[in-house]
Amino acid sequence: MKLLSTKATCNSHGQDSSYFLGWQEYEKNPYDEVMNPEGIIQMGLAENQLSFDLIESWLDKNPDVPGFKSNGKSIFRELALFQDYHGLPSFKKELVDFMAEIRGNKVTFDPNHIVLTAGSTPANETLMFCLAEKGEAFLLPTPYYPGFDRDLKWRTGVEIVPIQCTSSNNFQITEPALQQAYQDAKKRNLRVKGVLVTNPSNPLGTTMSRSELNLLIDFIKDKNMHLISDEIYSGTVYSSPGFVSVMEILKERNDLKDCDVPVGDRVHVVYSLSKDLGLPGFRVGAIYSENEVVVGAATKMSSFGLVSSQTQYLLSAMLGDKKFTKNYISENQKRLKRRQRMLVSGLQKAGISCLKTNNAGLFCWVDMSHLLHSNTFEAEMDLWKKILYEVRLNISPGASCHCTEPGWFRMCFANMSEDTLNLAMKRLKAFVAAESNDNACSKRTSRRKSLSNWVFRLSSRDHREQEER
Amino acid sequence: MRLLSTKATCNSHGQDSSYFLGWQEYEKNPYDEVHNPKGIIQMGLAENQLSFDLLESWLEKNPDVAGFKRDGKSIFRELGLFQDYHGLPSFKKALVDFMAEIRGNKVTFDPNHIVLTAGATSANETLMFCLAEQGEAFLLPTPYYPGFDRDLKWRTGAEIVPIQCRSSNNFQITEPALREAYEEARKRNLRVKGVLVTNPSNPLGTTMSRSELNLLVDFIKEKNNMHLISDEIYSGTVFSSPGFVSVMEILKERNDVADEVWDRVHVVYSLSKDLGLPGFRVGAIYSENDTVVAAATKMSSFGLVSSQTQYLLSAMLGDKKFRRNYTAENQRRLKRRHRMLVSGLQKAGISCLESNAGLFCWVDMRHLLHSNTFEAEMELWKKIVYKVGLNISPGSSCHCTEPGWFRVCFANMSEDTLGLAMKRFKAFVAESTCTQRTSPLFSNKRKSLTKWVFRLSSRDHHREQEER
Repeated sequence: MKLLSTKATCNSHGQDSSYFLGWQEYEKNPYDEVMNPEGIIQMGLAENQLSFDLIESWLDKNPDVPGFKSNGKSIFRELALFQDYHGLPSFKKELVDFMAEIRGNKVTFDPNHIVLTAGSTPANETLMFCLAEKGEAFLLPTPYYPGFDRDLKWRTGVEIVPIQCTSSNNFQITEPALQQAYQDAKKRNLRVKGVLVTNPSNPLGTTMSRSELNLLIDFIKDKNMHLISDEIYSGTVYSSPGFVSVMEILKERNDLKDCDVPVGDRVHVVYSLSKDLGLPGFRVGAIYSENEVVVGAATKMSSFGLVSSQTQYLLSAMLGDKKFTKNYISENQKRLKRRQRMLVSGLQKAGISCLKTNNAGLFCWVDMSHLLHSNTFEAEMDLWKKILYEVRLNISPGASCHCTEPGWFRMCFANMSEDTLNLAMKRLKAFVAAESNDNACSKRTSRRKSLSNWVFRLSSRDHREQEER
Repeated sequence: MRLLSTKATCNSHGQDSSYFLGWQEYEKNPYDEVHNPKGIIQMGLAENQLSFDLLESWLEKNPDVAGFKRDGKSIFRELGLFQDYHGLPSFKKALVDFMAEIRGNKVTFDPNHIVLTAGATSANETLMFCLAEQGEAFLLPTPYYPGFDRDLKWRTGAEIVPIQCRSSNNFQITEPALREAYEEARKRNLRVKGVLVTNPSNPLGTTMSRSELNLLVDFIKEKNNMHLISDEIYSGTVFSSPGFVSVMEILKERNDVADEVWDRVHVVYSLSKDLGLPGFRVGAIYSENDTVVAAATKMSSFGLVSSQTQYLLSAMLGDKKFRRNYTAENQRRLKRRHRMLVSGLQKAGISCLESNAGLFCWVDMRHLLHSNTFEAEMELWKKIVYKVGLNISPGSSCHCTEPGWFRVCFANMSEDTLGLAMKRFKAFVAESTCTQRTSPLFSNKRKSLTKWVFRLSSRDHHREQEER
């Protein structure tokens, strides 16, 4: 009989030291404009630091709220005692209104169908616990957020089977790829419970097209399968074609009621305030579902990760201020758009291109395949290390996101100042120039190694995985 | 292929409507001094509402803290971004200092061995995930907190096997009972991974004796790979002798305890009872076992404490003067309330288990049962809910082996309300006694003890978590 459970011990095995390395190196040598100008610039953290001033200014105008007052009266006791897993009604109301606003009010949400969780990390895990178990799997389009390997699989026993997407069509989901993934699962003796997508996508930074969304609905319609749409980045869409939520598609279609279980009962949305409002520390996530059994079960499971009532109250007041939310949403998007432009043009100057459909998120999906010495993941790793140690930029290699093509990297642009971003671009430009010189001087060999698979045991990575989202 | 998982659907089966009933009835008809003086008084909620004024006064003296300021400067951004699962260092430091103080500084805790979780509910489940799996079990002394059936078993697949405790020795854990539970588990083909105790006990309201603690340490010592989890969520509510002895203190005292035994003892804590802040979701796991700390830390991703809350409490608990005064005054007030409940019940001819901690009494109403059965307990409970207008917790919901015991809370209402509850009790007992004397059907028949199976993890009433 082992001392600890398998779950506790598997995690410490196969610790992938390369990624741990990136974080460690950053922490050993973090860039600071004044104190450490040669240090490593953190571009692996999908944080939104662009709009804090808007929130701080709201707090300045509303000092009573964090001070536990409502209409001049202290409500400290009520909040301190409030642990109802149904959530603070006023907060749920304001949250669903905010979510509707982000979707241009083309869809509305019922506050009774929202389940609050301590971030979208437990939201996703809870949905897995409700929808699947050992021997079952969810299909996920690659590349995907590395944290999913832990969040969806670790304690639930559920498997992930990738839907392989490629650059040939800007990594969009295709029907053949979906069917292939479904077959892969069957070969592995896994029952497919559904598909999970992140829309807008992490790490692609693109909104899903209407045709992809319809394709997914068609796919789950007759298979009694679920569709989870993690819309954590829904408020970060800054340019066309704009955000279309799966809920909007459901509303539009009229062929969805005649299944055994209506499609509407098998589509679930995950949300969080960590990206749109830049508040990952406050741990605010949510599951939305029209399926009452799912809402019932998820609500009870939320006991394992409730949102602090202190935080629920603060945010109910903030999001309840419609003038604030309207201004915040548009100003935040403006700033994100500007920053993305800066990164894209900076990269262009270095002869590096990004996914051209990039219109959302806090990062760009960057194509550095032309800088690889061979079309392999080993070469990607070599390049990543060079960028980490020589260029001193911590960026996320595509392999960590299960990308099938080597050479793609995710670079964040919203977690630093403009000056720092410019410096990062300068460094990259200098690096690329130097590399070109080297290449021209050294003997050119065009050997292409055969593509080998890089197995990353990501759930065993011991570093701040959650901050990589 | 089923649409949903087993976990999602099992929960809605076997909904025990009696308990749901109690809560429902309270909510349909809640007592209010002005608006509904005949309503049901809530005595099933183990909340500590006695010392909020102390917290509020501290907040008034320190308005900057709630406003995200430190030394006059705004730290809103840092807090907004802080999601490190290692926790806010200043909060962990203040928390371990508070925990040490509660133990009279007889033990100290290393902040690097604390894992913060969104409440003790999350802490207990996480420990289960780290220590056990399907086919394995933890032994728990009865009666125990009903929420454990969900918290320890539901998503983990681990099992609970009860250590049967009896009123004959005030429900203390005995060696025979421990061994019997161990054998019971083996008969059920379950590997026993350890013992979990709540100390001070819920629902008993008693601190564990040194001999019980030593018995438990002996027990896990002799068996390889067994753990001892001590849920010390009520440690700050001990208001009279013999005082609180933590398992950590016992480990420190003994010199026959190898390092590797220290690696198998884990403490759970929370601010929900001592500080009365269940809404803020602050819990913790403490362990000297580095592997457990590391695994639990990663798992805490699924239930981190809001940085806004960590900061507020780091300042509050970091205020030594406040801490000391709060702990002492809070215990004084709990002691007073406890006295009120005990003497009020005495006047009604009802006795309680002698207790020195917690937010409730373990009340003996066996003499009011018409038969020594759980059916009779259920009938008595219904009478108390509907006729007397008091929502209290029946012992069977806590897996008690003897019918007739009830948990009655005393810290979640005003003094006046408690006084009224006592009056109602007295009137009810007086009436029952009269009825018994005149009723021709009064008989001493003892039905055979029937097991009352409560599928508590499937109870669908919404405030299970508040019953702790």
